[in-house]
Amino acid sequence: MKISNLHRLVQMAATASVAMGLAVSAHAQEEPKLIINGEQEMITHAIPPAYIDGLSESISGWVFRTKETQALELDDFDNPGMIFVDQAQELWDKEMGPENKSCASCHGDVSSMKGVRTVMPKFNEKAGELWTLEDYINDSLTTHMGMEPWGYTSTEMTAMAALIGNQSRGMPMNVAIDGPAAPYWAKGKEMYYTRTGVLELSCASCHEDNYGNYIRADHLSQGQINGMPSYRMKNAKLNGIHARFKGCVKDTKAETYKPGGPEFHALELYVASRGNGLSVESPSVRN
Amino acid sequence: MNFTRREALIIGAGAVTAAALPMQAFAAAIDDAIAAFTGGAETTDSGITLTAPEIAENGNTVPISVSAPGAESITILASGNPTPNVLTFTFGPLAGSQEASSRIRLAGTQDVIAIAKMKDGTFAMTSSAVKVTIGGCGG
Amino acid sequence: MAKGVKPRVKVPKKATAGEVITIKTLISHKMESGQRKDKDGNIIPRSIINTFTCDFNGQNVISVELHGAVSTNPYFQFEAKVPESGEFVFTWLDDDGSTYTDKKSITVA
Repeated sequence: MKISNLHRLVQMAATASVAMGLAVSAHAQEEPKLIINGEQEMITHAIPPAYIDGLSESISGWVFRTKETQALELDDFDNPGMIFVDQAQELWDKEMGPENKSCASCHGDVSSMKGVRTVMPKFNEKAGELWTLEDYINDSLTTHMGMEPWGYTSTEMTAMAALIGNQSRGMPMNVAIDGPAAPYWAKGKEMYYTRTGVLELSCASCHEDNYGNYIRADHLSQGQINGMPSYRMKNAKLNGIHARFKGCVKDTKAETYKPGGPEFHALELYVASRGNGLSVESPSVRN
Repeated sequence: MNFTRREALIIGAGAVTAAALPMQAFAAAIDDAIAAFTGGAETTDSGITLTAPEIAENGNTVPISVSAPGAESITILASGNPTPNVLTFTFGPLAGSQEASSRIRLAGTQDVIAIAKMKDGTFAMTSSAVKVTIGGCGG
Repeated sequence: MAKGVKPRVKVPKKATAGEVITIKTLISHKMESGQRKDKDGNIIPRSIINTFTCDFNGQNVISVELHGAVSTNPYFQFEAKVPESGEFVFTWLDDDGSTYTDKKSITVA
């Protein structure tokens, strides 16, 4: 046997201390910067809005990843999420449905979507409810293109959300929480601090009280959603906000809410507001 | 299979035995895979560089790069995967260097091995230990 | 042909004679390893890209033999020597018999 088991054992024994060492050294070293394609710098640290009690600083999830994972987001070619953005671009220009219309038929070039992602979710006056980017996409499909809605977490939907989000890349998140959005925000905040599941964890247990620490081998982030949809190495595809929430709730060993349902709408608004000021990174790359 | 004295001692240690057993099964496969590439020839440990992360956040996507100036081909093997073969780069006349990168899957914490076949028929081998995070929630 | 397979290649448009350039390639492919089981416990058959080649004006730059342990959406980065103006041809071979190709021209000034 050429590769020594001793080597392996030492490595295993060292894992715990290495993990702790990382947490310390992250502060000692100079913070890496997220500059995409060598030209566009993202805001990865921001002062949270005054109405957020539990955070002194909002930090992008990118900061918590290893340098190898971070590197995947530095260049659009290296970012596998961009495959799906390319696919959504083709979909944007494709005439679909009984009306034979494409997204471009009404909206022109997708660059017209610049800024849209920064204010999502937002209260839609006409519908009288809080709408996410996905709701706006489905409204276009059903109201203007005569099509069936896409599944809330379907591949097409998540890819389209990434393409539209990508138009706002670099712009700071800026969701409104006042006026008609206020009750949704309050409900979302309550959910954020409510412990659920067999493990009795709230969102705050991990992402406010313990970000920067390890839960088993996972380096906890603040659970910010400014980078969504995210290409995750875990499942090698783009993941939307509600699909990610669902995964988190399941991890507490609780019955989860339905993606696209009212609970996750409220939670999305609250969590988005915690990241107001951070750059849109869609599509980000995470583990 | 030949154990060095130190390795034999470790495997003898009770708490470790359970963890080491499945690795012995993989060890046979990796030795076979190495022999298949080298034809059983001796390997040197200089002239090849393998770059892999010390800690991979997810075993599904582990970035690696290899460099072996003067190599005809380089193979990558994963000692702890159910099937050790990962990929083989063969450099043509218009290769700008004998260096290449890819992203690979690792089933768990293990040694990744790179072997270069040099133009003079000799072989160079190196390995790199990669700890694969088994978390699940993803941070 | 497997669904949704799309190659992406990054090659500089210009080079000087004899220059060594960096090439990056990525193809969307699930790379089903043959190691996974479905819900009923049956092995999901292997379905991967098994070979990748890059040639320039008919001469080989690199060829790669892939196994099931290459990640979903296979990515390669390597270097090529560019003796003259011409065309890079990239070819991926799928287990199912499909061939995917992409071409990129480069001008030597």
